[in-house]
Amino acid sequence: MSLDTSLDSKHALRAARLTELRRFARRFLRNPLGVLGLVIVLLLLFTAAFAPLLATHDPYLPTLAARLSAPSAEYWFGADELGRDIYSRLVYGSRLTLLIVGLVIVTSAPIGLVIGAISGTAGGWVDAIFMRITDVFLSIPKLLLALAFVAALGPGIFNAALAITLTAWPPYARLARAEALVIRNADFVNAIRLAGASEARIVFFHIIPMCLSSVIVRMTFDMAGIILTAAGLGFIGLGAQPPLPEWGAMISTGRKFIFDQWWVATIPGAAIFIVSLGFNLLGDALRDLLDPHLRQRN
Amino acid sequence: MTSRPLRLVTGIATWLLTVAITLLGLAALTFFIGRILPIDPVLSIVGEKALPEVYDRVYLELGLDKPIWQQFAEYVLKLLRGDFGTSFSTSRPVLTDLISFFPATLELSTIGLLIGVALGVPMGVASAYWHEKWPDHVIRIVGLIGYSVPVFWLGLVGLYVFYYLLDWVSGPGQLDVFYVGVVDRVTGMILIDSALAGEWDIFWNAVSHMTLPALLLGYYSLAYISRMTRSVMLDQLSREYVLTARLKGASEFGVVVGHALRNAAIPLVTVIALSYGGLLEGSVLIETIFSWPGIGNYIYSSLFSADMNAVLGGTLLVGIVFVFLNMLSDVLYRVLDPRSRELAK
Amino acid sequence: MSKLVDIENLRIAFRTDEGGWKEAVRGVSFSLGREKLGIVGESGSGKSLTGRALLGVLPSYAKMSADKLSFDGIDLTSASPRLRRSLRGGRMGMILQDPKFSLNPVMRVDEQIIEAIRIGDRRMSRRDATKRAIETLEQVHIREPARVASLYPNELSGGMGQRVMIAMMLVREPDLLIADEPTSALDVTVRTQVMSILDELVTRRGMGLIFISHDLKLVSKFCDRVIVMYAGRIVETIAADRLHEATHPYTQGLLSCMPTVDGPLEPLPILQREASWA
Repeated sequence: MSLDTSLDSKHALRAARLTELRRFARRFLRNPLGVLGLVIVLLLLFTAAFAPLLATHDPYLPTLAARLSAPSAEYWFGADELGRDIYSRLVYGSRLTLLIVGLVIVTSAPIGLVIGAISGTAGGWVDAIFMRITDVFLSIPKLLLALAFVAALGPGIFNAALAITLTAWPPYARLARAEALVIRNADFVNAIRLAGASEARIVFFHIIPMCLSSVIVRMTFDMAGIILTAAGLGFIGLGAQPPLPEWGAMISTGRKFIFDQWWVATIPGAAIFIVSLGFNLLGDALRDLLDPHLRQRN
Repeated sequence: MTSRPLRLVTGIATWLLTVAITLLGLAALTFFIGRILPIDPVLSIVGEKALPEVYDRVYLELGLDKPIWQQFAEYVLKLLRGDFGTSFSTSRPVLTDLISFFPATLELSTIGLLIGVALGVPMGVASAYWHEKWPDHVIRIVGLIGYSVPVFWLGLVGLYVFYYLLDWVSGPGQLDVFYVGVVDRVTGMILIDSALAGEWDIFWNAVSHMTLPALLLGYYSLAYISRMTRSVMLDQLSREYVLTARLKGASEFGVVVGHALRNAAIPLVTVIALSYGGLLEGSVLIETIFSWPGIGNYIYSSLFSADMNAVLGGTLLVGIVFVFLNMLSDVLYRVLDPRSRELAK
Repeated sequence: MSKLVDIENLRIAFRTDEGGWKEAVRGVSFSLGREKLGIVGESGSGKSLTGRALLGVLPSYAKMSADKLSFDGIDLTSASPRLRRSLRGGRMGMILQDPKFSLNPVMRVDEQIIEAIRIGDRRMSRRDATKRAIETLEQVHIREPARVASLYPNELSGGMGQRVMIAMMLVREPDLLIADEPTSALDVTVRTQVMSILDELVTRRGMGLIFISHDLKLVSKFCDRVIVMYAGRIVETIAADRLHEATHPYTQGLLSCMPTVDGPLEPLPILQREASWA
């Protein structure tokens, strides 16, 4: 008896997935806050991609004559202490923000998922060891550890990203492990085992995909948190170094002038806030959609 | 056949062992960061301007010629004795520095937590009870702003608006300059110490200085707590025993507070205990903005002098508090939940 | 026999995802005196909702309408929420299916019963209330009532938990009791015990009882009258001892599905649903 892998069933599968996606999109669009979040995130991506086109001035060129000028027609958000246009620096800074968020997510999520999935599937002492390690990293103050790490290695955007990654992976490990524990003895997994699948295959092709919806929600929320942590590090001076237009560092330099030229410190912070808000709104909306427990009739 | 007391003892022993391992892991991390990561760990401890004799002395102290595991063992033993190293910028043992700065942070964070609980829990309850109606939306937005905003930036803006523009609160610092050092240090917490000494001028001055940072931490805390409360309450309100309470004729208040909240309190208390750790962490940034003489500020200034012992010592301390908070929440959960008792025959 | 409950054209609807309304109870009418009435139906037939509508504990996303919904002459459709609340527990009670879920897990048994007592009489002292609670536990045939009173619900067996639930709902001596699948979560042996306790209490006090279940056999043995519901409508109303004379094909189908000891040795028929029944 052969399995039906004809073209017809493949088309049917694709059509079914498309309807599912469309239904998902429709429900998503009914949530105005979620849509707002999505718009903000897309705006961030757009700004980062088209920074050279969107900026009005060179973000690195000091113009001492324009030092600390107030927002005006020429300097939309005013100028900083070296006379650089804050708006343009903000626009270019979006690239740095995306870079850090991207670096952290791309490393922490896969590492965490793999560790958790292996831990849960293997069980026994492998599980015990991995879980102890995860616990250690979970009970460590994130910001402080990142701080100490960067202090030892030296400041810079990659060191900051590495430091944040160190504490960002445990929640994914927990997620994957919980999923693994539920699935590892499920009948379909046993069936695949009998068919000769290796444990590695089970981990990568079955367990990890099952976590997908929780992972997506988690990632979105994480991005908001990473932005805030990175901004904190930047504020302390441990993130991207000057003259890079990192938003947190901009707040730090603007701090000296907060009372008389409030825009230098305030506007980069507003940008951080809006972007973080966007990810949080998006995460909330995604969670409401993907978590079946929360579906309420109203 | 194991008897009940024996199982209890083994249970506690396993739990303590887990805690010990976590602490060991924490020490391993700080050891790694302090000893292995830097190119020259001695320099990071003594600083660039140290004299050659100091360098040599510290080199021997650290035992850098010995194998790593031996260094680590000595490191852990020193920690257990309370030797966190010496800060070269203050020239005092780090532990002494930490003990002198910690109470100020403790004071600020505790008040922040109290605000967070006093406001956050009712907000969460209201949010859950009026699920999807306007109070829920308003409260959720307030909370959303709270955990999306960079707290240190909000502090800066707050200082600008409420101190500089409106003059409603005092500026940075724990006290006005001429009040500093007047009150005897009993606990290290300015509100308690000044109250004990009966110096009410100083007390109110401290309150005025503390208002903004405490409110900030409180807002940060209530954003998280109200969200957690809402989610736990939503879960509880959907349970059958709530229906039973209504069937008995209980008032809505009795149902929501007397039944649902009572059940929700169990996981909630543990969540709140853990969130205290987040507040301690947040203090690093807040204290720098408000020049608050606490651990956060200490770590921050140590960073600038590249005083690794101090930075790592501070990190260790907060890490230990984190582990302690974890233990506390474990214990609280056990104590509050009657289901953890054995099933009667 | 005066009417304890009088319902005419009860309709309950829920909002669908697409925005419309789906009716779950479609024009149910019946009345009840001080007798035992059974409501039988499968899941989704609307039987539980009918009970909840009477007590006023429908979920907030449900919409209800009725030409008549009265309890002992009181018009429930126009009654204030306050009045409805005072009726609940005091004059109308309801017991739920599974005491594992329906009892508050962090409150002791005596606290839960005392709460019910005190809602009825705020001035009763704690001592008197405790005494009364223990008496009630005795009435539901719980041995060692004082010991059980100090237990938490997770320390009770299913049968004991259900008896606590009954005690809690009957302690204020209501006139009407609605039992929503009271024995479905219990073992068969325990089931008979609980049923006999219900029988004793309801008969002794002259209460009206609405017994909601999916078990036709159980209902026919226990109740005086039986109502069969299907897809939100009543399809049959008949005296329990005349059940074999049922006229509606759905009821007949249910009856013929039940195995009997002395029946023929052929496979039982499968119930064929007709669209016309809905």
